Amino acid sequence: MYKILSKSEIVPNVHKLVLEAPDIAEKAKPGQFVILMIDETGERLPFTLSDWDAKNGTITIYFLEVGLSTMDLVRFKGEELSAVIGPLGKPTPIDKFGTVVLGGGCYGVGGIYPIAKAMKEAGNTVITLIEARSSYLLYNEEGLRRVSDRFIVATEDGTKGEKGKVHDVIENLIQEESIDRAYFIGCTFMMMNCLNKTKTHDITTFVALNPIMVDGTGMCGCCRCSVDGKTKFACVDGPIFEAKEVDWDQLFKRNAAYSQQEAIIYQFHSCESEGV
Amino acid sequence: MDAKDKLKIPRQKMPEQNPNARAKNFMEVPLGYSPKTAQLEAQRCLHCKIPKCMEGCPVGVKIPEFLKLIVEGDFAAAARKIKETNSLPAVCGRVCPQESQCEATCILGKKKEPVAIGRLERFVADYEREKNLIKLPKKLPSNKKKVAIIGSGPSGLTVAGDLIKLGYEVTIFEALHKPGGVLIYGIPEFRLPKAIVEAEVDYLVKQGVKLELNKVIGASKSVEDLMKKDGYDAIYIGVGAGLPRFMRIEGENLSNVYSANEYLTRINLMKAYLYPQHYTPIALGRKVTVVGGGNVTMDSARCALRTGAESVTVVYRRAREQMPARAEEIHHAEEEGIFLKLLNNPVELIGDDKGAVKEMKCIRMELGEPDDSGRRRPVPIEGSEFPIKTDLVIMGIGAGANPLLTSTLPTLELNKWGYIVADENGKTSMKGVFAGGDIVTGAATVISAMGAGKRAARAIDVHVRSKK
Repeated sequence: MYKILSKSEIVPNVHKLVLEAPDIAEKAKPGQFVILMIDETGERLPFTLSDWDAKNGTITIYFLEVGLSTMDLVRFKGEELSAVIGPLGKPTPIDKFGTVVLGGGCYGVGGIYPIAKAMKEAGNTVITLIEARSSYLLYNEEGLRRVSDRFIVATEDGTKGEKGKVHDVIENLIQEESIDRAYFIGCTFMMMNCLNKTKTHDITTFVALNPIMVDGTGMCGCCRCSVDGKTKFACVDGPIFEAKEVDWDQLFKRNAAYSQQEAIIYQFHSCESEGV
Repeated sequence: MDAKDKLKIPRQKMPEQNPNARAKNFMEVPLGYSPKTAQLEAQRCLHCKIPKCMEGCPVGVKIPEFLKLIVEGDFAAAARKIKETNSLPAVCGRVCPQESQCEATCILGKKKEPVAIGRLERFVADYEREKNLIKLPKKLPSNKKKVAIIGSGPSGLTVAGDLIKLGYEVTIFEALHKPGGVLIYGIPEFRLPKAIVEAEVDYLVKQGVKLELNKVIGASKSVEDLMKKDGYDAIYIGVGAGLPRFMRIEGENLSNVYSANEYLTRINLMKAYLYPQHYTPIALGRKVTVVGGGNVTMDSARCALRTGAESVTVVYRRAREQMPARAEEIHHAEEEGIFLKLLNNPVELIGDDKGAVKEMKCIRMELGEPDDSGRRRPVPIEGSEFPIKTDLVIMGIGAGANPLLTSTLPTLELNKWGYIVADENGKTSMKGVFAGGDIVTGAATVISAMGAGKRAARAIDVHVRSKK
């Protein structure tokens, strides 16, 4: 069993989960993920590793409630999870590339932190860029600011920082800075939009793909994506891929494969657990 | 009873769930022998001076001896006799291809039908378990030597069972959240009830085998950690062939196209057929098409039927005689209404506007000259393409070597397909590292993996004892 050290909703619908997982904390590298199970009947849920502390043996993830399983995780009152598996996936190579931009949305605001930190330590100029609908939905700002040479906030309603989203802000940034590499972590749509901006300027861009997974060790092939015309398994070949060659349309469609079933069940369970 | 009388006894049938009923449930298909039937069947053994059946068993089960104990009515003793050499009798009695092993070499089979060794093995193992007669075997005193086993499938469990009796401290590391490997995620409930796998694993745990679940060696821990930090004296790699193969045809990444590994994992390990009580969903196809001709293909097809498909078609590029699936599995599948479309091969999958598969384009095949496997090579008939309407496709065309662990071991010799190079005793190019099962041979059977585990266990014992 794996102990939950803390679980809290840090801003509306963004949850921070800190777990005791010394093995994983010792091995984790930027770009990797973990799989969690609440209990035997639960799904195997993949989450981006957003931080870890090898000394204290802890790992941190951020997640949003988007369906039945994440709702369960939010409402889970137990002290332990039945499984925490990782670190999985290929670490993203860290080197001195020059100026590195990291853009985060949703859970990716937490997810970009390990890469930003490692890139900073490797001597890069690090620019981080995060987005939210409104100022009250921003999180992880302090941590990111610490590891960034430049830290930019974008809100859709303009209540803090620049008005717009990461893909709006990056437009100006490209004019101001000479960017050697860009990394985006967030929902599929956000990553695709960001790529559309960077690729016209030939900026080498990486994204952390988020297809549906089951085992997470390359055994089932559920998470296959087309990258550069080849089928890749996000769990072992990724999750971070060079973005310009990703078949986004396929990813959207595969990710929606169970949406109908899940929408019905999610509603049913929400009502049930709220006593409706 | 003399031989003449014995020859008069017909091979005893095992009752089965009726095909119409069982096609709608996940309960076991064959229902097992009664004690009386088992004794009658066991009486058929001629007790040859040189028992050929034993030569056909990869783990050397003392077949005539356990049959004799059945005749005498001491069923639990018969089970323990098997367990002297085979730690998973309830599993083997169900999923071993006896028709090509022990029963193939049974002398009775020459003129009549062979003794139903597999069914009897199953009977005694079930009897012992159900009557709570399981006794732990004798164990040598601890030798304080530690062995790590990577993977809790049939070969890993066999190594564990053999070494724990020799006094080793044995730990099995399993990547998934349940032990059993392919016995848990691959083989469906109706062929191998999971409670039986749990009981067989529990038998090892009670003997002192330690289980570390959710540990992906190569990711959570390295082999080097195991040897240097944790002080294991030897490592056994039995991780299976966990890399699904696809055909590399157009449309293979459409939604509702699964590898058999994924489909079976969702059903068996994650219990997606109990959705939403279990949270892992699965696409419920109406017209399901499964590609391939092996046991995994048949398992997938029969699972699809049980999740409510209106029709399930198996598309196989060769002819029936060349199907690698057990005859019994093909027979069961056809009885349940699964349709075999032989000498056909998919060339393309076509999707609807939501990206879900709606049609499979196939081409007819004919048999040409024999290929490397000795089977006549299937050759496409030009211009014979035709469409099959389908809303769920399962690719059951085999599995390759999963590189997750092996890629972290630069000094471990692999062959060109990525399988580990090991001698017949499981010895690899790395000192103290042994391997066996599908990660060495490529996808094979449960029992051949167990045979490899047995030989490796002996080699590990020799290796550890020879160390200073």
